Amino acid sequence: MERRAFITQTITGKTPVKDPVLDIQNQKLPDHLDLGVASITPFSGTWGRAEAIHLLRRTLFGFTKADVDFFAAMTMSDAVDYIMTTPVNPPLPPLNGYNTSTLIDPNISAGSTWVNGPDDNNFTNKRRNSLYAWWMQQILNPDRNIREKMTLFWHNHFSTEVENVGSPIIAYNHHKLLRDNCLGNFRTFVKSVTTDPAMLVYLNGYVNTKTAPDENYARELMELFTLGKGPDSQYTEDDVKNAAKVLTGWRINNTNYTSFFNSTTHETSNKTFSSFFGNTTITGQTGANGALETDDLLNMIFAKSDVVARYIVRRLYRYFVYYVIDANIETNIIIPLANDFKTNWDVKPLVTALLKSQHFFDPNNMGCNIKNPIEVISTCSKVFNLQYPSTTVEDQYQAWYSMFTLGAYAGMMIGNPPNVSGWPAYYQTPQFTESWLNSDTLPKRISITVGLTVVGYQYKTGKKLQADVIAFAKQLASPEDPTKLIQDAIDLLLPIDLSTASKTTLKQSTLLFGQSNDYYWTNAWNDYLASPNDATKKGTVTTGLQLMLKYLLDLAENQLS
Amino acid sequence: MKRKEFLKKALPATMVPFFINGISIKTMASTPMLEAIKRASLKNGRVFVLIQLNGGNDGLNTIIPVDQYSNLSAARSNILIQQSKVLSLTGNNATGMHPAMTGLRSMYDNGKVSIVQSVGYPNPNFSHFRATDIWHSASDSNQYVGSGWAGRYLEDVYAGFPAGYPNTNDPDPLAISIGYSVSTVLMGPTGSTGIAISNPTSFYQLVNGTVDPAPNTPAGHELTYVRLVLQQTQAYNNTVKTAAQAVTNKATYPANNSLGDQLKIVANLIAGGLQTPIYTVSIGGFDTHSSQVTSSGSTETGSHADLWKKVSDAIAAFQSDCDQLGIADRVAGMTYSEFGRRIKSNASLGTDHGAAAPVIVFGKNVNPGIIGSNPNIPASVTVNDNVPMQYDFRQIYASVLEDWFQASVSKTDSDLLFKHFDTLAIFKSSLDVKKVRSGNSLTLMQNYPNPFKDFTNIEFVSPGGQVELRLFDSQGRLLKTLADGVVPKGSYTEVLDGTHLPAGNYYYQLITANGQTGRHLVKL
Repeated sequence: MERRAFITQTITGKTPVKDPVLDIQNQKLPDHLDLGVASITPFSGTWGRAEAIHLLRRTLFGFTKADVDFFAAMTMSDAVDYIMTTPVNPPLPPLNGYNTSTLIDPNISAGSTWVNGPDDNNFTNKRRNSLYAWWMQQILNPDRNIREKMTLFWHNHFSTEVENVGSPIIAYNHHKLLRDNCLGNFRTFVKSVTTDPAMLVYLNGYVNTKTAPDENYARELMELFTLGKGPDSQYTEDDVKNAAKVLTGWRINNTNYTSFFNSTTHETSNKTFSSFFGNTTITGQTGANGALETDDLLNMIFAKSDVVARYIVRRLYRYFVYYVIDANIETNIIIPLANDFKTNWDVKPLVTALLKSQHFFDPNNMGCNIKNPIEVISTCSKVFNLQYPSTTVEDQYQAWYSMFTLGAYAGMMIGNPPNVSGWPAYYQTPQFTESWLNSDTLPKRISITVGLTVVGYQYKTGKKLQADVIAFAKQLASPEDPTKLIQDAIDLLLPIDLSTASKTTLKQSTLLFGQSNDYYWTNAWNDYLASPNDATKKGTVTTGLQLMLKYLLDLAENQLS
Repeated sequence: MKRKEFLKKALPATMVPFFINGISIKTMASTPMLEAIKRASLKNGRVFVLIQLNGGNDGLNTIIPVDQYSNLSAARSNILIQQSKVLSLTGNNATGMHPAMTGLRSMYDNGKVSIVQSVGYPNPNFSHFRATDIWHSASDSNQYVGSGWAGRYLEDVYAGFPAGYPNTNDPDPLAISIGYSVSTVLMGPTGSTGIAISNPTSFYQLVNGTVDPAPNTPAGHELTYVRLVLQQTQAYNNTVKTAAQAVTNKATYPANNSLGDQLKIVANLIAGGLQTPIYTVSIGGFDTHSSQVTSSGSTETGSHADLWKKVSDAIAAFQSDCDQLGIADRVAGMTYSEFGRRIKSNASLGTDHGAAAPVIVFGKNVNPGIIGSNPNIPASVTVNDNVPMQYDFRQIYASVLEDWFQASVSKTDSDLLFKHFDTLAIFKSSLDVKKVRSGNSLTLMQNYPNPFKDFTNIEFVSPGGQVELRLFDSQGRLLKTLADGVVPKGSYTEVLDGTHLPAGNYYYQLITANGQTGRHLVKL
């Protein structure tokens, strides 16, 4: 089978074939697979619904038929530019949606935000949950831009765990930083993250002192955040230790939740780095100037501009396109994009160029990403236009929080990646996104989508989230025609079409209730439209639609994006 | 170097005959009956449980070298467990356990624990990600291998997997990871050999749809993968459920203990009749850069103590359960972590990434006791100094494969671990066929002079046969091989020319046919 040829490549002969460029990543695809045209010139083919849907699948957390209509009517370039335009104002901060009749926050009234402080130990968990709910709100809202997809990318890249960071305010500020910088300047971003209180807590920077340097952040700064680990990134263990010394002295002010530099704990000796960094010496500085060494360190790291740029471009490529990077992709996609990126480290033009490329829209790159658990939930929520409560803040936050818990149930607790490397789907070779799926998580995913569409998902006693399958059908062009109805549903839900034989079987066993003539469905639908309040008639079409949609959502194809 | 030649007994896999009771079946035509015999002998009903401690466990505060106390105090006074609180081990005055490990201590005293000291590999890696890959793939430090050692073993035993599985002969999963994800140690050459289970009684029943052929694109490649997971999930659904419902656990497992919860499922499934030979479970939080202990005044409490209380209590409950369920004869397990931690502690009551650390193997059929000697802590420890390896982690894998699962040495050497590793006397079964090997019985003298400036002498006694003397730096990097060859029984002295070595702590290691041992030396 295909995986055999693929993986044995890396293990036979005991010394795996080493690609000089891509050592620890996938060596190459199965021979019969084609990764598509490896060109970053702008896509010049026909811009149709399939291309628009591919763009939306990869850049949004789900979409509706109306979204497809909206973007398909543009040009490719306008569509990407629209997606890349994020709102000027950041989202309003999370609110107290957690008060109950017995537990009332004495400082923050219901419906007000808690992010301006102070922290209150009695409400730490409540506020964390509020933060998670708020995040799901951003993910599930109908916005048509890339902000949330980029935010998750950076959350996975600059991994921290809300549950470990302590203060929910510091955690919120960190996630605001991710959102605010998601398409900004990477060099500036790394500096901000380096002195960000949440990161100082998570990787022990705040206890890194001259008497006992703590190497945790210094190591991950190089290994995970900038240079990566691989044949072209040959920093040494001594470099890690010296970088830790450079970074000594950063502390957190727990009154205003900001970081500051305490020169008395800063190591003031000179730090000399290995030949990988050209034997650079960072001159030790005393007093407040000690903080400037952090800039010297980042300058030294970013001077390895090819290493940094290619590492970041590869990560973005894997996130937006596909996890396999062969020598051809490296040469013709990664390196050219990295060469532009390293001139100014601006992320927005980099992502724009990738998304507009011939390569991105090549049919071979469509449908080959396995959805992460949040995408499973959010795409289902959006395509069926699930109605979240608008009545009270408590109900809203309860509903969004329940969606967050569904993600955790299926293996992705946003805010809390498994460790500082982020989720294995984005780094673990050779499985990458396949690592989302196994005999535990796949059945859970299917039970979630069935729950949200057919059964209904109870987020609070007596309150359910459930797809309105009739409304879903009504928005399609010809809901009375079972063949067209199924095709339109497949186009919105699945990235791979089904065979005519499968569609016929599906139609007969669901919409036609075991019969073979289309009019069984057409009559049922028209009868319902004529008497929309007739419970029996409504029940008939509802059952048919639910059966049809459950079949599609259960298919392996629905796990792909 | 020549070590490879000396140790290499490996032949290309195709040349290796398969033996049953000393009779090679390679020379006979392969028949279904022979295949069945081969399978039966490969599958001896034994189960091994891999307990991963994520984050890098501080071995020096786990299995505590009490004979090194004064030097340990100098290196890590703010986190070192007070000597009076260390749990003593019956029959071993030099070594103790963390005070939280009461469950494992009592298992040790009852002869159900084998501790292997200072397990690591040459040229250790200090990245969590990479070090875990090395432990799971059983590769050299500079070698990249896409499969796991257990996955390779399972794909070898279960020929042709996954095509045609499950079937009448092999109805059960090859390996089970308890939790939401399958461990990379179970990745085989053709794909994962494991399935993940977080609740064995509530598998979701999936629908069987018509299946269209997958397109010949990357999307088709991934579609095939998803379908395989779906198919396996459905295929194993009933066997796992049936096993889970066949028996109930007999032991009381500790509350609020995620590892105990996982091991409880493992015991249930084994006793319920699953033939699955390998289980993986895990517990995180060992990356104790800070607050490893509550304070320098109460070092016996804190996050590391909490973790080891959980691990120890969970394993003790699991062992008790296996005893009561009547499966203890065929169940063993081990703890491992991607690395140990630095000898010197940091100012935040924690420790940074280090190198070698002890591995704990448990079960009714382990040789009780400690293999290897306590790590030798230098009097003056710098932030760079690490615990040097005494045993390669793949020696433990070789012992599990050859002595526990009875895999052939040639298969282990060629396809499973990629080269030969001497086994250790971890399992009782190994006593029948191997000389007992103990590092303590070897004679390796302290070098003189020590500390030294230019030259120093290293004296050792060879039992006769192959001898190798290796020099490592304080970070575990193999610097040079000082001696390597076959010598008659006798006493030998090697002169180490240290004129080009930077000042610092070093470690030298003697490997003979009787085992291996090592000592520290200091260059001025």
